[in-house]
Amino acid sequence: MSSFKIFDIAGSGMSAQSVRLNTVASNLANADSVSGDPNSVYRAKHPVFQAVMGNPGDLSTAQVNVTGIAQSQAAPETRYDPGNPLADAQGNVYAPNVNVVEEMADMISASRSYQNNVEVLNTSRDMMLATLKLGQS
Amino acid sequence: MRTSLDSYLGIHPQALSLEAQRNELLAANLANVDTPNYKARDIDFKSALAAAGGNTSAAGSASGSAAVPSVPTPTVAAPLASASSGIDPTALKYRVPMAPSLDGNTVDEQLEQSAFAENSVRYQATLTFLNSALRDLMTAITGS
Repeated sequence: MSSFKIFDIAGSGMSAQSVRLNTVASNLANADSVSGDPNSVYRAKHPVFQAVMGNPGDLSTAQVNVTGIAQSQAAPETRYDPGNPLADAQGNVYAPNVNVVEEMADMISASRSYQNNVEVLNTSRDMMLATLKLGQS
Repeated sequence: MRTSLDSYLGIHPQALSLEAQRNELLAANLANVDTPNYKARDIDFKSALAAAGGNTSAAGSASGSAAVPSVPTPTVAAPLASASSGIDPTALKYRVPMAPSLDGNTVDEQLEQSAFAENSVRYQATLTFLNSALRDLMTAITGS
């Protein structure tokens, strides 16, 4: 039934935003996971969203799909910390390229988008239940 | 060939189905609020209803134009090229963004939210019209 597609659409939006919230949580949790090797240090992860259009004759179904998780290519931060057991021969450790302020803004944006989709779902459900009662009152 | 029940209910069944489709479209816009290069779409309600209703009766079109005025024209742009099964293709349009964005996304969260709220109220209004029409019919049938 076509009217049930709205649940798929809002559901795909919710799952995409929750993937985004998961990557934010992962990035924030690992913001201080230093490493002695600049190549093995944790890198900030961000989901890549893509709109999935329905059949050519059915233009209104545009679900969201997470096509993958991109790793940030920014250089890791170098810290001089010779007392750290992970420090390399020069006494440096490498911190992840996670921008904590950016992640917090991303988290708020993802949370608001998730709430939007929940709101769409609730409103649609109420409307469908009202439609089911058509002619009964 | 229209049955008498169709003409009795007027434009409201078509309006209800169109409003459901518009809700789906707005839900898709809201779900893709963070998708790069996604272009927000909307229905030009007046022309879509004219296409869906076709030869509506005078009473139907009069009540229809009062109940469902068209969406504001500045918010919609060029029609989509490809055809759609449910919605009249000339009525399905891309929204003109108020401000450009770096990722090519044209969804305005606030605008879509208000459009969604407005459309669901319209849907419920149409339901109320249909309900009262059916109740009147039941009263006429049962005679009490």
